[in-house]
Amino acid sequence: MSTAAAQVHEEDHGHHHKETFITKYIFSQDHKMISKQYLITGLFMGIIGIAMSLLFRLQLAWPEQPMGIMSALLGKWAPDGVMDPNVYLALVTIHGTIMVFFVLTAGLSGTFSNLLIPLQIGARDMASGLLNMISYWLFFLSSVIMVLSLFVEAGPAAAGWTIYPPLSALPQAQPGSGLGMTLWLVSMAIFIASSLLGSLNYIVTVLNLRTKGMTMSRLPLTIWAFFITAVIGVVSFPVLLSAALLLIMDRSFGTSFFLSDIFIQGEVLHYQGGSPVLYEHLFWFLGHPEVYIVLLPALGITSEIIATHSRKPIFGYRAMVASILAIAFLSTIVWGHHMFISGMNPFLGSVFTFTTLLIAIPSAVKAFNYITTLWKGNLQLNPAMLFSIGLVSTFISGGLTGIILGDSTLDINVHDTYFVVAHFHLVMGISALYGLFAGVYHWFPKMFKRMMNKNLGYLHFWVTAICAYGVFFPMHFIGMAGLPRRYYTNTAFPYFDDLANINVVITIFALIAGAAQLVFLYNFIHSIFYGKPTEQNPWRSNTLEWTAPIKHIHGNWEGKIPEVHRWAYDYSKPGHDEDFVPQHIPLKEGEEELQH
Amino acid sequence: MTILLTLVVLVLIAISIWQITKIFELSQAKKENTQIADDYDNRWNGQLMFAFLIFIYAITLFSFWKWGDVLLPDASSEHGIEYDNLMWISFAIIFFTQTITQALLHYFAYKYRGEKGKKALFYADNDRLEAIWTIIPVIALAGLILYGLYTWTDIMTVEENEDALVVELYAQQFNWKARYAGEDGVLGDANVRFLQDFDGKNLVGIDATDPNGFDDVVVQELHLPAGREVIFKMRSQDVLHSAYMPHFRAQMNCVPGMITEFAFVPTVTTEEMRQTDDIKAKVKKINAIRRENSQALLAKGEEALEPYVFDYLLLCNKICGASHYNMQMKIVVETPEEFQKWMDDQQTFAEVIQ
Repeated sequence: MSTAAAQVHEEDHGHHHKETFITKYIFSQDHKMISKQYLITGLFMGIIGIAMSLLFRLQLAWPEQPMGIMSALLGKWAPDGVMDPNVYLALVTIHGTIMVFFVLTAGLSGTFSNLLIPLQIGARDMASGLLNMISYWLFFLSSVIMVLSLFVEAGPAAAGWTIYPPLSALPQAQPGSGLGMTLWLVSMAIFIASSLLGSLNYIVTVLNLRTKGMTMSRLPLTIWAFFITAVIGVVSFPVLLSAALLLIMDRSFGTSFFLSDIFIQGEVLHYQGGSPVLYEHLFWFLGHPEVYIVLLPALGITSEIIATHSRKPIFGYRAMVASILAIAFLSTIVWGHHMFISGMNPFLGSVFTFTTLLIAIPSAVKAFNYITTLWKGNLQLNPAMLFSIGLVSTFISGGLTGIILGDSTLDINVHDTYFVVAHFHLVMGISALYGLFAGVYHWFPKMFKRMMNKNLGYLHFWVTAICAYGVFFPMHFIGMAGLPRRYYTNTAFPYFDDLANINVVITIFALIAGAAQLVFLYNFIHSIFYGKPTEQNPWRSNTLEWTAPIKHIHGNWEGKIPEVHRWAYDYSKPGHDEDFVPQHIPLKEGEEELQH
Repeated sequence: MTILLTLVVLVLIAISIWQITKIFELSQAKKENTQIADDYDNRWNGQLMFAFLIFIYAITLFSFWKWGDVLLPDASSEHGIEYDNLMWISFAIIFFTQTITQALLHYFAYKYRGEKGKKALFYADNDRLEAIWTIIPVIALAGLILYGLYTWTDIMTVEENEDALVVELYAQQFNWKARYAGEDGVLGDANVRFLQDFDGKNLVGIDATDPNGFDDVVVQELHLPAGREVIFKMRSQDVLHSAYMPHFRAQMNCVPGMITEFAFVPTVTTEEMRQTDDIKAKVKKINAIRRENSQALLAKGEEALEPYVFDYLLLCNKICGASHYNMQMKIVVETPEEFQKWMDDQQTFAEVIQ
């Protein structure tokens, strides 16, 4: 099947060379171009998301003090330079939505699944270039709508990124639940369609278009991670879509799926018999797997980069694949740990505690395997490698506090406090962001034919790494002190007055971290045009993408697609002169393939 | 003006980055201009990896030394003691694992930094090692899960108890009310449909046709007797709220359309709590901060801040709208006698609607 498809493609790929500007750069069906489109859109959304976080960090550090930057950026939403409470909630809501979905789902998974799946499995392109193109443009459309929602008169959605009804369902409850919320829902519905098209494409491509010799057990771990991520996406995103549709029905057509017995603004509403808890179940049925949709691609990228730059095989390939599968399976049966105190039956809480804490096991296996891969390696500390090591560090630091939050008992008192904020930012936010950066530094030569500047990369990493801990480590203390998240200010409680200086420290670290991202942005844009031209295989890597010509051509390889004869991790294998043996090099006479 | 300054600063930063890059490039002009890490890069980045390990330890210790006193004081409820135990056991495991794994990770990154001509060890698999680090977490987690589940069941099982005090916590944007069941110990039926009865005097929507409701007492300040079980029934009239009482290690969401439950036994009265060393130190520190802030306010011609006195708090911990950050109620824990005296002064529902 795969060879037949490839053959057909091979025969007619000569005709594709005459491309207009539009088909090449805009409505391109080429996975490499689509990957770049995803990356650049994702980075653009990332700038918005990070800028928002800096704005609300300013408010938290110096609450209600007039600041010029507020009136400059927020205009009438910051009368006299003081941010309005509704705007604060809108900013945290849109920050969360943009970072989780637009940057770390589409920007990370979209970019690297598109770039690497065909190149690393040895395919001419995705199974369906057309669907791939539609997937990107739906993502683009949803991004545009999300950004447009920022300019709505009453403000964008402001009910938190989880948009729990009734707050999100009733325009009377807060200004953001009017047109802003409608646009949020429309944008997300389109986003889900985009994500589903993308995921289906990834799954079909991985299953059907692998080159000769590329068995599943020889797949690079990146591909395993992207593949399983796509499967989780296909299983869980439709449930969010249904939740969004039911919420739209409640909002616009008077149904009562999530609403019951409500009295607001002096008026009894007609809703009867619905339950917000139902929405919470539906939301977290996606919401929790979403964490792994964000994280697994980052872990896949890290596996590949740590092995390549350690000049060592990844330790425990089979265990790594098994732990990806275990995490994927478990991720679909733990959503209730977000709802221990939602009012659901406490017995369910017990079940979800059990399944949740089980996730620590495959996670521990992964962490230890990364560490063992470094052991006795010959580490090439390129920026990509630094970010990968940084990922393992934040994955451990953030993951460990999950033991507290996943335990229903302990969750009672830290639920929805800053402890949670610190936990998930480290374990999925910062970790996945590091994965994204690692991927960009590593595959930049493949995407843009040039190298990024390493010294700026080092500067970027070290400042970011220090600031990430500087921001999120102290944040645990604020949470353990009992301060709830999503508070516009804590000045309403004199009890929390002694947290003010911690907030200042956090904000200063956040501002420096934000500035460090400008270094990255500068490096990224500058290198696209003026970077040093790359060699064929700059990292001396084993995977197939480095055998494809530097100049992007439609169909990826001139002539035949390389055949695969070994796994992707023959680094420093005894009996070879070089410290790497690419996958397309046949086994030497008498050489044994590792039984992994 | 500020915008202009900010822009100027940004431009200057961009220029300095550009210049630094230039300097870097010029200083490496002799070497081949490659953007791939060489031995020099591996060395200094490896050393920084080791320094970073020290940084992680340092920031941990620093935070505890500097901010350890902001953490919540010992629990003021019966189950809270169990809660705190479990928390400290979990933390011990977390810190142990964190210390070891971060050390290994960063030390290896330093120790095995690359050198030209060195070859890495070809080491791809070891089933025994894999088994070890699968089984160790399994054992640790089994312990935590069992202890956790035991405590959870203990906390969440609300048994019928004749002596218990039944209190309804009623949430609305953006305040709390509490309703006591009165003499009969039974809360009268209630629904948001009755909120507009009696010219708005029916604050939590008690059903006037249910006789159980007449002796109910609705208040704006939560009083609890120490040493007696309190069964909370949570309601909300508009959006989700969450009743969070951090000092008692207690929290439950308030969901429109349903009644949720949480029960605990408060053990330390507000007066006793104010006399503990933890709270005395905290209050002192907070008042020092407030005095400082007051001076700034007075200089601007505004009023000074009131000195702070400790009280237990009920906070809203589920995003509920603009004033979410200020949705609070004072909790007073007192001796049963004081509680009874306070209760006798309150008006019952029957009295309110007359």
